Amino acid sequence: MYFLLARLFQATVVMLCVALVGFLVFQFVGDPVLSLVGQETTVEDREALRESLGLNDPILVQYARYVMNAVQGDFGISYSFNRDVSEMIADRLPATVELVLLSGVFSLLLAIPAGIYTGIRRKGGIAQTIMTISIIGVSIPSFLLGILLILVFSVWLNWLPSFGRGDLATVFGLRSSLFTWNGLSHALMPAAVLCLFQLGVILRLIRAEMLEVLRTDYIRFAWARGLPGKRVYFGHALKNTLVPVVTAVGLQLSSLFAFSIITELVFQWPGMGSLLLHAIGQSDIPLLAAYLIFVGLVFTISNLIVDGVYVLIDPRIRHGAL
Amino acid sequence: MFDRIRSDFWYELLNSPVTIVSAIIIVLMIIGCTFAPIFAPHTPFDPATISIMDNNMPPAWVDGADHRFLLGTDLQGRDVLSAMLYGGRISLLVGIGAVALSVVIGMAVGLLAGYFGGMTDAVLMRIAEIQFAFPPILIALLFNGILKASLPADVFAQAAVPIMILAIGLAGWVQFARIVRASTLVQRNQDYVTACRAIGLPTLTIIARHITPNILGPVLVLAMLQIAVAIVTEATLSFLGLGTPLTEPSLGALIQIGSQYLFSGIWWVVIFPGIMLLLMVVAFNLVADWVRDYLNPRLR
Repeated sequence: MYFLLARLFQATVVMLCVALVGFLVFQFVGDPVLSLVGQETTVEDREALRESLGLNDPILVQYARYVMNAVQGDFGISYSFNRDVSEMIADRLPATVELVLLSGVFSLLLAIPAGIYTGIRRKGGIAQTIMTISIIGVSIPSFLLGILLILVFSVWLNWLPSFGRGDLATVFGLRSSLFTWNGLSHALMPAAVLCLFQLGVILRLIRAEMLEVLRTDYIRFAWARGLPGKRVYFGHALKNTLVPVVTAVGLQLSSLFAFSIITELVFQWPGMGSLLLHAIGQSDIPLLAAYLIFVGLVFTISNLIVDGVYVLIDPRIRHGAL
Repeated sequence: MFDRIRSDFWYELLNSPVTIVSAIIIVLMIIGCTFAPIFAPHTPFDPATISIMDNNMPPAWVDGADHRFLLGTDLQGRDVLSAMLYGGRISLLVGIGAVALSVVIGMAVGLLAGYFGGMTDAVLMRIAEIQFAFPPILIALLFNGILKASLPADVFAQAAVPIMILAIGLAGWVQFARIVRASTLVQRNQDYVTACRAIGLPTLTIIARHITPNILGPVLVLAMLQIAVAIVTEATLSFLGLGTPLTEPSLGALIQIGSQYLFSGIWWVVIFPGIMLLLMVVAFNLVADWVRDYLNPRLR
């Protein structure tokens, strides 16, 4: 319990720091007054506006206000859309979550068995092939993979649509493109692009951990006791490879969000990533800062979940030994 | 570190043809790109030497090609092969420059945190941890975006390459800091460090002359892996239109230009720079993998 409380405290500190960065970006890039007023506004009017926006308050007061607003989900008004930033993020979020979930689930389903297999039969032909593919998977830039997929499956073969999100359908109150064939066919290529990189990273990690564990004395002892391979590999070895793997998967979640930026651009997927690119192009600082805080939040929450899983899988943490 | 170059170096290397091929590819690319003005058949970004009449030529082995342009030309009649060599030069420059910056920052932070411990360690590593929360590509993207918002457009375009090096370098130091700190924690309790302290060497000398050489192995492996990552990051930023300007395109920017004509059947403008980028990254990754296995034979 103490472990989780300490982590919760740390997470709060991390979020405050992320909010500080977001706030500083706000503070030092561009002048919000200049972006609100026209040429004819007098100096007095500007000063009055500055005062009414609270821009003359001490910086700590402004930071506290920013954090309080952010906690309540208020990130200000987007400069370029003139809309509530949190509303815009809520609009775009489902599309990105869709992609992230689809590719995350696929990469885990493929990476775990493949990683265990290549760890056990590392000299075999299939394992070598998997490793070669995985090194290309981690090397190929996702935008290049996306373009190649479009070239092959949309331009040459004309099998899959190359852009957009397709038809949406509502199931159990969730509105998503994953519930229609048309929507799925749109999501297939972007999800595959997002999936391949994660797949390579997680697969290689599981393989390395497996190799490390299979060398240890307790595994040798398990063999000596005459246990069948299935029990040695899955009962004894696999459990001890889990801690670093869970850490990596947790870390990968925020990078899935980051890489979705590129995938969304290539496939013109209307998610958070394309929103961020728009914000950068237009120097839309409130949107930029909100995105930053959002990704920080995703990371912090996924890390907390990872810590919770640690408690479940590692008895040393449960008994306060670490 | 250098005592690690054991007598089995050549034996191990010659037993790994994949690594040899990768190393040759890297060397050829570095030479070819560094001396791009000598090797490139054309000067692609000099308006005086290109002709719009030569536009959209397919590669030399396809019907209707012009033998002057081995890999074809783009929409403006620029030779794709020459553009690739010039573009690869920027990619390599940014990749290696950014990693050099990351190494310098990361080693300084890691050595200080590991050697002094206590508050220094706690503060430095907390900062590193917070930055580690964000994927490097996102940091480079935001950093670039913020600079773009705060600098005048012409200054930003002129300083594009240094800005890229800065953005990617600042995004990548954390991993170096972490492994350097971990190795320093081990080294600082070794007898030779105690001996250095006993004879009264200044702390800086101990860190720079005695500890640093002992932690370079893992830094070398990580640096090679990170060059591949930095090249991909640069290409991605350029592809997103945030990196190098179109007057001086890197491989990523070339792919971005090519991707606009994908649907008109002009595949060579995007495929060839793409292959070059992929080869470059895979080669760096494979060589780094081999060096890691060599330095740590337990993984083999």
